Amino acid sequence: MEAEVRTPPTICGMGHRMKRKEDARFLFGKGRYVDDIKLPGMLYMDIVRSPFAHARIKSINAERALAMDGVVAVITGKDLEKYNLHWMPTLMGDTQMVLPTDRVMYQAQEVAAVIATDRYIAADAVEAIEVEYEPLEPVIDPFRALEPDAPVLRTDKGKTDNHIWHWEVGDREATERAFQEADVVVKQQIYIPRIHVASIETCGCIADYDPVEGKLTVYMTTQAPHVVRTALAMVAGHVGLSEEKIRVISPDIGGGFGGKVPIYPGYVIAIAASVLLGKPVKWIEDRSENLQADSFARDYHITAELAATKEGKITALRIKTLADHGYTDAAANPSKFPAGLFSICTGSYDIKHAFVEVDAVYTNKPPGGIAYRCSFRVTEAVHAIERMVDVLAQKLGMDPAELRFKNFIQPDQFPYKSALGWEYDSGNYPAALRKAMDLIGYEELRREQAERRARGELMGIGISSFTEIVGAGPSRHFDILGIKMFDSCELRIHPTGKAIARFGTKSQGQGHETTYAQIIAEELGIPAEHVQVEEGDTDTAPYGLGTYASRSTPTAGAAAAMAARKVREKARKIAAYLLEVSEEDLEWEPGVFRVKGAPDKSVTIQDIALAAYTNHPPGMEAGLEAVHYYDPPNLTFPFGSYICVVDIDKGTGQVKIRRFVAVDDCGHVINPMIVEGQIHGGLTMGFAPAMMEELVYDEEGNILTGSFMDYLLPTAVETPRWETARTVTPSPHHPLGAKGVGESATVGAPAAIVNAVVDALSPYGVTHIDIPITPYKVWKILHEKGVV
Amino acid sequence: MATQKVTVTLTVNGTTHTAEVEPRLLLVHFLREHLNLTGTHIGCDTTHCGACTVLMNGRAVKSCTVLTVQADGATIKTIEGMAENGQMHPLQEGFHVEHGLQCGYCTPGMIMRAAELLARNPDPTEEEIRWGISGNLCRCTGYVNIVKAIQYAARKLREREQAAAGS
Repeated sequence: MEAEVRTPPTICGMGHRMKRKEDARFLFGKGRYVDDIKLPGMLYMDIVRSPFAHARIKSINAERALAMDGVVAVITGKDLEKYNLHWMPTLMGDTQMVLPTDRVMYQAQEVAAVIATDRYIAADAVEAIEVEYEPLEPVIDPFRALEPDAPVLRTDKGKTDNHIWHWEVGDREATERAFQEADVVVKQQIYIPRIHVASIETCGCIADYDPVEGKLTVYMTTQAPHVVRTALAMVAGHVGLSEEKIRVISPDIGGGFGGKVPIYPGYVIAIAASVLLGKPVKWIEDRSENLQADSFARDYHITAELAATKEGKITALRIKTLADHGYTDAAANPSKFPAGLFSICTGSYDIKHAFVEVDAVYTNKPPGGIAYRCSFRVTEAVHAIERMVDVLAQKLGMDPAELRFKNFIQPDQFPYKSALGWEYDSGNYPAALRKAMDLIGYEELRREQAERRARGELMGIGISSFTEIVGAGPSRHFDILGIKMFDSCELRIHPTGKAIARFGTKSQGQGHETTYAQIIAEELGIPAEHVQVEEGDTDTAPYGLGTYASRSTPTAGAAAAMAARKVREKARKIAAYLLEVSEEDLEWEPGVFRVKGAPDKSVTIQDIALAAYTNHPPGMEAGLEAVHYYDPPNLTFPFGSYICVVDIDKGTGQVKIRRFVAVDDCGHVINPMIVEGQIHGGLTMGFAPAMMEELVYDEEGNILTGSFMDYLLPTAVETPRWETARTVTPSPHHPLGAKGVGESATVGAPAAIVNAVVDALSPYGVTHIDIPITPYKVWKILHEKGVV
Repeated sequence: MATQKVTVTLTVNGTTHTAEVEPRLLLVHFLREHLNLTGTHIGCDTTHCGACTVLMNGRAVKSCTVLTVQADGATIKTIEGMAENGQMHPLQEGFHVEHGLQCGYCTPGMIMRAAELLARNPDPTEEEIRWGISGNLCRCTGYVNIVKAIQYAARKLREREQAAAGS
């Protein structure tokens, strides 16, 4: 089902599979990523990192490094302390070291920085710096962190234990009662491991301070340049960096996925170095630094319980979670949501009672708690509920599809108020699951499975019927550092009828230069080819909160539509003047105002644009432009149903995904080609943590997966051949009926895969497997359960 | 740690360059920093991601694992050398038409690897393409459309070959 296409291909509004406007520069090798930028006199920064997870720094000796040809400076925490810049706030109101003055808190933490004339010399100098450490007892296991005799990590904050915060939502007592009255209760421990987004471009920046103008320009791999500018002004205002003198430029970004939202110490050190030296300083981390020190995602230890009637009607959900945040809470959630949107965990089901609590702890691991292509902990929530529904189905001996149909929120229940407080905007869950089942041939697969089981073969079918929550957010609930989570579009129509549109978001591959142009084409009838889209320069773009959490279409996409409609209203006035009729006598079709009843009397949007500068009505301001800051009335709730079929090799434990059908519903589609691409990529980033990826630490806090040698990203060989389809249930409150789609598949896919593997092994008493499902893990289960 | 520099001569995208380089200088840095050919990217430090793939004497190599001195006398082709007279190479065209790129960071390496693949095997199966690009990581596309892009280019190149043979 395609969205209704209202414009001809010459205009290329919504619903067209328009080829991307941004492609050419990337295909010709002319993309402009941060490491491609070279400034005159630029210096290079490299970083000394801690070999210990927890240690006291006894001394740092930089003499040998400073004596090397080409080494310009060495910066330590003591140097930054003079300016009170050795600590910085995190987005969650915690504090993080820029460079340490006394203690290091995780392996690979920044200890000192070298500035040199060449990146090779900087790397040599890093080796020449001598740091003496006194190792301290590390706290690695988050459960150990809560034991009374565990070393207290954040004594700097006056803490007496390692507990960060407790957060709860829902009705504890009513949920308790529902559990007491239930026919059936299932309970499962689910660990959602620590993983890393590992975008193929790592993080980096060029800080360029002009001592004469007092202006700082920072080219930075950031998904949220405006927030970075404001944060820099807040943190470094006392050393003279005032917001109007800070320009953050986010050039082409080689993938973000949430990993380029935080402000990492490396950025701040490079800025400090540039200010101190008065020269541009480039810092580009390598892959090991990226995996070992940048924000991780997930790391949730979940205990989930479902209560149900014996007929399979779910009556209550209860979840208790321990969140390992590393040594500081550097999540990138909206301020009021320490556990993000985890309370979407009632999922696609009409569950009357629910109670969720999360406790966060400090450990000697890198800080974070960011998303991995996910809207603030939604993957954790979806994984928990979609796993639990299968655990319950297994307990009841019921088909997992049947159990889902029995408990789905029904189409006539929308808008639906969930037990944990969300108002779901729209959905048709049975239709999506039915479509997925038809596409994959569900009943036939179940028959095949029965035959294979009889022969002792291991085949499994797994379902995930997820609901997402994206597009933060309504500003009454959502802010970052107090800044409300609206987003913006500034649209100008030139005299020749071409346009430029600037946004507060920042594409990292999502195709904004094309989709935003299509939205404006849809609303104004100006060909999308003629709409230039710009983002990422805080000196020119309107303020916005950036691109993450699938928020660009729900917020900035809506802002584009609203700005275009403002332009159209002014255009109507000009058209009425040009045609010498009243505004009410005009009707609009894409790109043209016509006089009602006299359709040959018309003016095009291009005629109107020219008139706006050459012949505008007396008393009217010249020009044709508009700005809109869009504050969504609600979040949007994309959903979908995925079905995965696996075969397991008994000899090796290898799981082979035979088929994977994904039916997604993101409301009205702007560009079906781009949406499919987003889903392909999202599915692969769902497959990856389900089967391959995990950041693993030993008991001393040494990272065991610190490079692509050990942190496995899927290649084209492992990645399944995705089959995608769509249903369309528009959002009732979004101006275009759209919902956001970049992360749905990452959120929904892992549970379908695990459910399939558990289904294959369920005859042998297996009820759960934690991700990643490695061959060794399955092989062990096969042996423990006596399958082989 | 400065060492004596070595003189190297490389032909890159048809232009011959002679330069004095440190023996440890990686080819990728020579291309990016000395020749300003920044289309070749760096994505890891362990030769896994393939973002830095270029053609060296017609073979796809990961230029982060080749020393510039090893390339002395070699003919190098980078993404900047793929288009002819401003016209996209069929692989570039294929990636555009089939939406085989999103953030674009892995794309140059992917295209250079695919160029070698198609030079050796003009009509690869999907399986052969998937194995062929398994040394190149993409985090955005899920590979589906990259495979289609390479199939598109293979078709185009075969047609071009046939047309040339016929004329």
